[in-house]
Amino acid sequence: MTNAEHKKSGSDETGQTVHTMTGAEVLLQVLADLGVEVIFGYPGGAVLPIYDAIFQQDKIRHILTRHEQAAVHAAEAYARSTGKIGVALVTSGPGATNTVTGLVDALMDSIPIVCISGQVFSSLIGNDAFQEADTVGITRAATKFNYLVKDKEKLADKIREAFYIAGSGRPGPVLVDIPKDLQLAQVPYVKKEIKSHPSYKPVTEPHHQAIKDAVTAMKKAKRPIFYTGGGIINAGPHASEGLRKLVKLSGFPCTSTLMGLGAYPASDKQFLGMLGMHGTYEANLATHGCDVLIALGARFDDRVTGSVKDFSPNALKIHADIDPSQINKIVLVDIPVIGDVARIIELMIQEWEAQSDHSVDQEALKNWWEQIEKWRAVDCLKYQQDTKAGEVIKPQHAIRRLSELVKEKSKEAYVSTEVGQHQMWTAQYFPFESPNHFMTSGGLGTMGYGLPAAVGIQVAHPDALVIDIAGEASTMMNIQELATIKQYRLPVKIFILNNRYMGMVRQWQELIHGGRYSESYSESLPDFVKLAESFGLKGMRARTIDELDTMINAMLDEPGPVVMEIQVEREENCFPMIPAGAPHNQILLGPVKEKTKTAS
Amino acid sequence: MDYIDKKTLQRSAQQEKDEFIKAIFSLIVENESGVLSRVIGLFAGRGYNIESLTVAPVDDHGRKSRINILTSGTPMVINQIKEQLNKQIPVYQVVNLCQQGPYVARELALIKVVSKGSERAEALNLADAFRAQVVDASVDSLVFELTGKTEKIDAFVDLLRPLGLVELSRTGIAAIGRGCQTI
Ligand SMILES: Cc1ncc(C[n+]2csc(CCOP(=O)(O)OP(=O)(O)O)c2C)c(N)n1
Ligand SMILES: [Mg+2]
Repeated sequence: MTNAEHKKSGSDETGQTVHTMTGAEVLLQVLADLGVEVIFGYPGGAVLPIYDAIFQQDKIRHILTRHEQAAVHAAEAYARSTGKIGVALVTSGPGATNTVTGLVDALMDSIPIVCISGQVFSSLIGNDAFQEADTVGITRAATKFNYLVKDKEKLADKIREAFYIAGSGRPGPVLVDIPKDLQLAQVPYVKKEIKSHPSYKPVTEPHHQAIKDAVTAMKKAKRPIFYTGGGIINAGPHASEGLRKLVKLSGFPCTSTLMGLGAYPASDKQFLGMLGMHGTYEANLATHGCDVLIALGARFDDRVTGSVKDFSPNALKIHADIDPSQINKIVLVDIPVIGDVARIIELMIQEWEAQSDHSVDQEALKNWWEQIEKWRAVDCLKYQQDTKAGEVIKPQHAIRRLSELVKEKSKEAYVSTEVGQHQMWTAQYFPFESPNHFMTSGGLGTMGYGLPAAVGIQVAHPDALVIDIAGEASTMMNIQELATIKQYRLPVKIFILNNRYMGMVRQWQELIHGGRYSESYSESLPDFVKLAESFGLKGMRARTIDELDTMINAMLDEPGPVVMEIQVEREENCFPMIPAGAPHNQILLGPVKEKTKTAS
Repeated sequence: MDYIDKKTLQRSAQQEKDEFIKAIFSLIVENESGVLSRVIGLFAGRGYNIESLTVAPVDDHGRKSRINILTSGTPMVINQIKEQLNKQIPVYQVVNLCQQGPYVARELALIKVVSKGSERAEALNLADAFRAQVVDASVDSLVFELTGKTEKIDAFVDLLRPLGLVELSRTGIAAIGRGCQTI
């Protein structure tokens, strides 16, 4: 029960009960009505009335992060791992400006979050008041929509509208800026829902002719491939289930973007792994050589396409997306299908069955699979790990063993990553079997995402195994969140692959800039074990290959949080790699494979 | 949705890939603060150019405004501009008048000329020929008002340059489709 019931009330012309509460109380009441259970935030002058209202209720839990950027990343990961809308609460000025990276991150990866920011008193706006910033101006290009609430009568509706906009259509971040006087004012509250908007009408139902044309083209394909993206995960479990059905029904191979991993089970034979810059040999060559490309909830990012003019050059392209602006943005497509991808897949399955008199050319499909198996036999993810005691740990091996040991314990982990080589190795060596289990910063590539993301996931799933696979440099970017982990006793496992380099930067410098390692060495690192201990957390370390499994098991068996430092090979590179702007058939395989290729 | 439109774009974009085409976007938007800067910010942020822009409220209650934007780009870019504009939450509708069918586009210019004697007389003669109004006059100056197509105003302005043109103020175009069709 909130304080709503104790406040003054009357009724409006429709007979609905109108309560009058403070703006801050209305905010919390509306959030509770919307089903919000958790807010990630950080207090300050311009949100004190809201914090006061939080103190006096017990429906909504507040998680205090140690930086506003972290609050937003935590809200993002909360959203992505649950399918709900994440909520962040910050003060005006520096509180709001600190959210910008998180907001853009959510915008790029289509993550539904609502950020509530406090603003100075309405009468002070424009006066360069203490902690005033033009928050809506600054975040306009960082959000799907933002709004400064000026009229107290509209407060409740603007919050409801923010949730509707964030969660519908192509999801994204919405910011609502609330001046302090509105938080303090007496504001009317009527219970209601908002499920539409006068000028914003996302299309969810696809054009049926488009579905027909798409399926007809798919049935005629000789070398087809599904190219799936984060849209499938955003569209909910129903979309992933549908995708599994459609892929099985058709017998076609399936590849995925970084953001789409988990939508189709990695262990399935029809899955070719990730495509793009660090995608597998088979996924990229199949995408390059296919005759029908079926893009589902993916947006032809340049990390996926490489050279656009050489991308999948001979394919008829089908593109399903909820956002019409993604169609023909980068690659011209033949059959656009606009709508909710879950619904599109459902209709494609129906249409596939309806067109039962047309069957796929099984002979051609068999040849296609034979070709793909040849590419797969190249075993592009092979690495060489020396297993003698005292040998250096290869980062790929550390991730592979982590995934295997998690499986041995019959657990399924939620994984977040930071940004860099370890992120790509995670995509390559940690197989994801279900959606919503992999949280990573794809579009923006934000170092510092992984640790606060792990906070958000663990808050959403208190009993689950949550692992942040990190690099040492990225970890330093939001290291303060160790305090949040301690405060809320979040049993996250922070798995740091310490190569003492900003590895991904070092790799580009080695391959593209003549080995001039300008500023990419991680100088003056902390002792991660002692650092963990100073935050009151358990610190562990593995230095050599003989310690690896023992330490991973020790970490997984530890009921509380662990900071694990894995010292790995410093100059290992991430392969396969398609250099930026190169076509998909120019794949660098790396030293191990180049050797085996000439040997065979 | 405009499934067929998009397929047509595919064909036309392939034929005239890198050729620039002109577009006049007419937008109906929510009349609230921040909408215009959202639209302009979109053009700036994505590197689209704005040749002219006009905006004013158009309904009885002043709740909706119409923005007219003259721009150009490759067919793919023009399509992107349209979709990106459509995606803005406070935008009700976007129409590319150049694509929709025949349309009328007009702009208004105020032109100040400072001259004497034969130059002044010549300027007045030209104004007559172009059907420009004299809206202000002093001993040494004239202000003409001219409404018309952009090309007509360009021509008038060019002729006045050697005749003492000192200041120019133009509205940018307002445009509307011909016939019964509305946006
Ligand atoms: C906020 C931010 N700044 C800079 C970069 C550029 N960048 C990409 S990867 C990387 C190095 C990451 O190093 P580390 O976390 O140690 O991971 P590794 O590549 O070594 O696995 C850098 C600096 C970025 N992605 N994000
Ligand atoms: Mg590193």
